[in-house]
Amino acid sequence: MTTLVGQCGNQVGCRFWDLALREHAHVNQTGVYDEALSSFFRNVDQRREGGADSTGGRITSLKARAVLVDMEEGVLGEILQGPLRSLFNSTQLISDVSGSGNNWAVGHHTYGLTYREQIVDQVRKAAEHCDCLQCFFLIHSMGGGTGSGLGTFVLKLLEEEFPEVCRIVTSVYPTAEDDVITSPYNSVLAMKELTEHADCVLPVDNQSLVDIVGKIQHMSNTGKLGCTIKKDCTIISGQGGVVKVEKPFDAMNNIVANLLLNITSSARFEGSLNMDLNEIAMNLVPFPRLHYLVSSLTPLYTLADVNIPPRRLDQMFSDAFSKEHQLIRADPKHNLYLACALMLRGNVQLSDLRRNIERLKPTLPFVPWNQEGWKTSLCSVPPVCHSHSLLALANNTCVKSTFFELRERFVKLYRRKAHLHHYLAVDGMELAGFNEALSSISDLIEDYTHLESPLMPNAPRLAIAT
Amino acid sequence: MSVVSLQLGQCGNQIGNELFSVISDDSNGPNRKKYKQCSDERFFYETSTGELVARSVLVDMEPKVISQAIAKASKSGRWRYGDKAHFSQKQGSGNNWANGFCVHGPRHEEAVEDLVRMEVERCDRLAGIFTMMSVAGGTGSGVGTYVTQRLRDIYPQSFILNQVTWPYGSGEVIVQNYNSVLTLSHLYQLSDAILVHENDTVHKICSQLMNIKHISISDVNKVIAHQLGSVLQPAYTADSPCHYSRNPIGELLSSLVCHPEYKLLSLCNIPQMSSTSLAYSVFNWPGLLKHLRQMLIASARMEEGIDWTVSVTSGGESMPNSRHKSFNSSLANVLILRGKDVSTAVTDGFKDPALYVPWLKTENSFCTWNSPIAFNGYEKSATLVSNNQSLLKPLDNIVRKAWNMFASRAYVHQYTKFGICEEDFLDSFTALEQIISSYTHL
Repeated sequence: MTTLVGQCGNQVGCRFWDLALREHAHVNQTGVYDEALSSFFRNVDQRREGGADSTGGRITSLKARAVLVDMEEGVLGEILQGPLRSLFNSTQLISDVSGSGNNWAVGHHTYGLTYREQIVDQVRKAAEHCDCLQCFFLIHSMGGGTGSGLGTFVLKLLEEEFPEVCRIVTSVYPTAEDDVITSPYNSVLAMKELTEHADCVLPVDNQSLVDIVGKIQHMSNTGKLGCTIKKDCTIISGQGGVVKVEKPFDAMNNIVANLLLNITSSARFEGSLNMDLNEIAMNLVPFPRLHYLVSSLTPLYTLADVNIPPRRLDQMFSDAFSKEHQLIRADPKHNLYLACALMLRGNVQLSDLRRNIERLKPTLPFVPWNQEGWKTSLCSVPPVCHSHSLLALANNTCVKSTFFELRERFVKLYRRKAHLHHYLAVDGMELAGFNEALSSISDLIEDYTHLESPLMPNAPRLAIAT
Repeated sequence: MSVVSLQLGQCGNQIGNELFSVISDDSNGPNRKKYKQCSDERFFYETSTGELVARSVLVDMEPKVISQAIAKASKSGRWRYGDKAHFSQKQGSGNNWANGFCVHGPRHEEAVEDLVRMEVERCDRLAGIFTMMSVAGGTGSGVGTYVTQRLRDIYPQSFILNQVTWPYGSGEVIVQNYNSVLTLSHLYQLSDAILVHENDTVHKICSQLMNIKHISISDVNKVIAHQLGSVLQPAYTADSPCHYSRNPIGELLSSLVCHPEYKLLSLCNIPQMSSTSLAYSVFNWPGLLKHLRQMLIASARMEEGIDWTVSVTSGGESMPNSRHKSFNSSLANVLILRGKDVSTAVTDGFKDPALYVPWLKTENSFCTWNSPIAFNGYEKSATLVSNNQSLLKPLDNIVRKAWNMFASRAYVHQYTKFGICEEDFLDSFTALEQIISSYTHL
């Protein structure tokens, strides 16, 4: 079940629903509402009383399993008028008028308090429609007020109301050149909540997305000989979806949407080695607070040349670990891996996978107690327009550099108490909150650094009396 | 007598599916009416409409694999799974042994027990319960262990044989070593014997012997199914030289597991090759058995790359020069020969007392089963089921890696939140170190 909070969250969400529909339309030729569709959508039979669900039959009317929250009307209004409007009941959208003014405190405390009941209600209703609720996806940005403040409030709510359900959060981190001045405050305050209440966080950096988009457009424009790419088959393309008009951030949002689709692919479609969402948290989170995963998607585009020699397949694996393909600005190869998951889709065989793991292992530094820390999954259904794809999720100490920068920017403002009064004016927000958030992120950085220090050699084995 | 199979988790269900396919294909070969009768009674029951239904219960915590298995079986036209003989949930076990053992197992124990009971009661006589699972994941390992525990309580007199698959050493699941340690330590107390397949080994068989270029999981599963089929299909045994043995699992266990501290069994099967090469190959028993014997002592699992410099030294003597490497000592071996002219095969090579531990009489350590029927397309084939030291090294690796991870307490919080504590981990480690020590000092 997805919860979209704030402008960024909802815009990414839009792209996600569009691409999800496209993917299922591609796979599901018969129009029967099947298990795969039921992971994200309900099939509502309009003729029945109260719009009850009908399963196993023809698709009548799909409703998204989602709750959309925003404190100003613009974005949600657009959704309600756009081509995706039939996906949502108006009750699934929760909005207010004036927005949060880029103020985490307003989002978290003021609106949190006001809309708590409504949000819990909606989430509960949507959860009741699920046979088995596997996980919550929360999509938001860290820099603003609603996504960041109210988003983390919703996260806390989900933990209280549904403690056993996994919470996976996709957070868009602000870049240094972000136009919101208070984004460091908002981000660090939100980070504390993420560290404490999320099971898994997939940080995404706007700058990285811009770079990836640039790379793809460069490729499609230069058109080197033998390297023409299919324009409609890139991970930034929304072709074939319901929404026809492309908006400015669409290309970048498509990447994040693809990330979410690929993560859930093995849970939705069949494969020879399945991976559920709770397996992601289980395998990639060795210590409870260190749950920030660096993700990378390859390939970025399909070449028009249909013949794909194995070299290309190997190239796909190599790319997944290069710093240009990561969705945050980080270089995992030169930092320490705690664990890594490879999720393959499409026509890739077990032997290709094993060969590439053997090939790449020597080049990637893993923590000594997890030398073979690979989690793999194979899903037979490829994404739309590609014959295969790879999503790599890594728990790597390179995230600490992102956090470090964030903390620096925070401290720069905090030292001079700039803009603090906006936050402290809000009921429920105190100076202590800032200090706690600062120490939380410092501790996190410290934890990651600690793992990098050379550990003791192999612990002596248990000796037993012979 | 019939065998009730239990397929647990994705691996267990996929292997089980292939196993029944192999059995069905083999039984439907030419000139084997009595063989087919015996095999059918062992593994299937007939419905009123004459369909063959597998005596099998499929268990998984998520539905996709079971649906696939059932569909695939029905497509074969020759056999299918029982309509109600499966149990699945919507949400998997998350690769978490504790989740499988402490949460899913107890939660669904009644449902699973009922399904097993239905199959057991359907048998005229129960030859034993055969379970298939992997040790790396959450369901096969965790739920599998819990179910084995319950079955042991409910059927204390029945034989329980657990077939387990060990994952690739280079990692399929990050916490695979924890899951393996926890599973094996518990199963050792509950099961009568643990028959082990290692993905690494089977993968090599696929790539080097069968020349499969792009190995898929189903290729690996087919090899495992072939090996299992060669053990479980009807054969004449020492106890039953004129009729097909009615107690295959019991006889296997009594021949191989003489002491409760030594329960790990491994399989060697020869020859293994692609079907295209098969058409051009001719085998003779002396050649096959010579290779198989060397495979045994050199701890090789396939007929390529065998180290022929390893030879048997008489026990106790230490060689001044290390020309003779230490060889793989066996506790017991069962040799199963299938195919043409099987009565001409000379198995004396396996009766050499130096191969075995000194505290067991050789006549108790070795026996031969045979069947004149060619198995699964191979004119002659030989399988050795062995209780020996060959699994020592892989087991030691698993324990070493798990221990290193445990030393830094990584992932332990994921297990403790479902109900097992650090003591349980330590108990499991101790149990396995004990097993390693026992086998080392054979």
